Amino acid sequence: MNKELFIYTLHLADNALILAQRNSEWTGHGPVLEQDIAITNIALDLLGQARNYYQHAAALYNSLSDHDKNSLEGSLPRPWKSFHRELQEDDLAFLRDEHQYRNLLLTELPKGDWAFTVLRQFFFSAFQHLFYQELLQSSDPQLAAIAEKSSKEVAYHLRWSSEWVVRLGDGTEESHRRMQEALADLWMFTGEFFTAAGYEQAAATEGFGVDVLLLREAWLKKVEAVFAEATLEPPKQSWSQSGGKSGQHTEHLGYLLAEMQYLQRVYPNTTW
Amino acid sequence: MPVQNFESHFQEKIDADVRIEPKDWMPEKYRQTLIRQISQHAHSEIVGMLPEGNWISRAPSLKRKQILIAKVQDEAGHGLYLYSAAETLGISRDEMIGQLHSGKAKYSSIFNYPTLTWADMGAIGWLVDGAAIMNQVPLCRTSYGPYSRAMIRVCKEESFHQRQGFESLLVLSRGTPEQRAMVQDAIDRWWWPSLMMFGPHDSESLHSEQSMKWKIKRFSNDELRQRFVDMIAEQVKLLGMTLPDPDLKWNEERSHYDFGKINWEEFWNVVSGNGPCNKQRLDARKKAWDDGAWVREAAKAHAEKRAARNKQQAA
Repeated sequence: MNKELFIYTLHLADNALILAQRNSEWTGHGPVLEQDIAITNIALDLLGQARNYYQHAAALYNSLSDHDKNSLEGSLPRPWKSFHRELQEDDLAFLRDEHQYRNLLLTELPKGDWAFTVLRQFFFSAFQHLFYQELLQSSDPQLAAIAEKSSKEVAYHLRWSSEWVVRLGDGTEESHRRMQEALADLWMFTGEFFTAAGYEQAAATEGFGVDVLLLREAWLKKVEAVFAEATLEPPKQSWSQSGGKSGQHTEHLGYLLAEMQYLQRVYPNTTW
Repeated sequence: MPVQNFESHFQEKIDADVRIEPKDWMPEKYRQTLIRQISQHAHSEIVGMLPEGNWISRAPSLKRKQILIAKVQDEAGHGLYLYSAAETLGISRDEMIGQLHSGKAKYSSIFNYPTLTWADMGAIGWLVDGAAIMNQVPLCRTSYGPYSRAMIRVCKEESFHQRQGFESLLVLSRGTPEQRAMVQDAIDRWWWPSLMMFGPHDSESLHSEQSMKWKIKRFSNDELRQRFVDMIAEQVKLLGMTLPDPDLKWNEERSHYDFGKINWEEFWNVVSGNGPCNKQRLDARKKAWDDGAWVREAAKAHAEKRAARNKQQAA
């Protein structure tokens, strides 16, 4: 079980890290000081979650049998293999290639304008909020503990982002138009929340993960409620993009990683 | 009471170390001096987010990324309390931001230097925040109440930043030859600009004398600069690095370090707009403000609509 748990944990870590990286691009550039602080706070919470997951994944891997370790070959950071030491959180974050990242495509899209950023955060937080309620029941005590700690943070992310969706949807003609545009850009990436990858199905069956398909209805209900107040309408379009969870990404992830990983790549196995 | 009596009463309070509060009478010049100083300080915090923000996306480990983001966020928080403290003197935050963007208000020139390597994050924490703390600790006892209370919070966080900066340099200084070279290079670039942060020599300082009398300021520029040199000259030894000043040496007689001449021409150049990043920093702040205009308008419009709806419901 630890093998699937490792991949599953990486997927959760990658979601949190990539969105933290995107949100932190606002730090110092927010539309008003209070909101600069708020979006940075969300970035910090997500980064904290990512660290918890990566540390857990590294510990899981280090305790595997040689046989199981060999079977995970393709998910490991290549440069790390020549370090001859145990796996650490930073190896996973800074030395894996694009196709080894398992985050949702939604999280890697460029930050766009404030409408795009808050709507993406709303979609993601509405999902994470439901997800963590279920992950609390995980048979893996560490995942359950991370869920418990994170769900308090996510409750705030959801409240904050819902308020912004309403504010911008209902605000001015321009803000409403920008929200519509953000919605048209983002909607096709929301289906991936509920399209389970193989390791997610295994996780749900084995009891340490969440059956994401079961969250869909509650998620839609939340979206509709907030949209009603925001005078926005969920698009009819049902076609969706997916692939991020299994390592097929958009063109954007490569640039994000190139920038984020640069120092660890240039000076491998160095302490910072 | 005639104005002279107000003034002498005011000065008596200052002399007795009684804090001046927003509703108290104060000379117009005192108010203006404080607005200038506090808003300049607030602007420095906000502009100061940019050089460090430059490395958030490239921080070399998850832990360092977390520390750096939290630090830059603290600076936003400092900006916020300082703008609020200045607002108690009868100026709005928007007005102050307008003065920053028009160039009327200044911010600390140190932020007009570029952050070129990761070691600059440590050097800023250690040297720039270190110099800032030297200037700021006495401000915790400054005569204007809201400013002094804001500074107590700011100083607590700043001293934490300084320790973090030094710790990060310590790790690098024990690392690879490339990392050590990075540290030395960062110290070489940040040392002199940090000394300039204390402002011109006392004999050249425009606002000092009156500010001392009003206890806005409690120590002179040169006194504080000397304390800073004495502290850093010792700490740099722990890093196994050197300061880029051939004239730096301990003076037994004075019980202080002697140090070389500051390049004031560079200082005045950067103050007057001709530093390496002056335009870039101000442009970044203006862009954030302009790009955010529709967001602020929408928030206001929504709040008004909501208030109107609530009123209708109540009626």
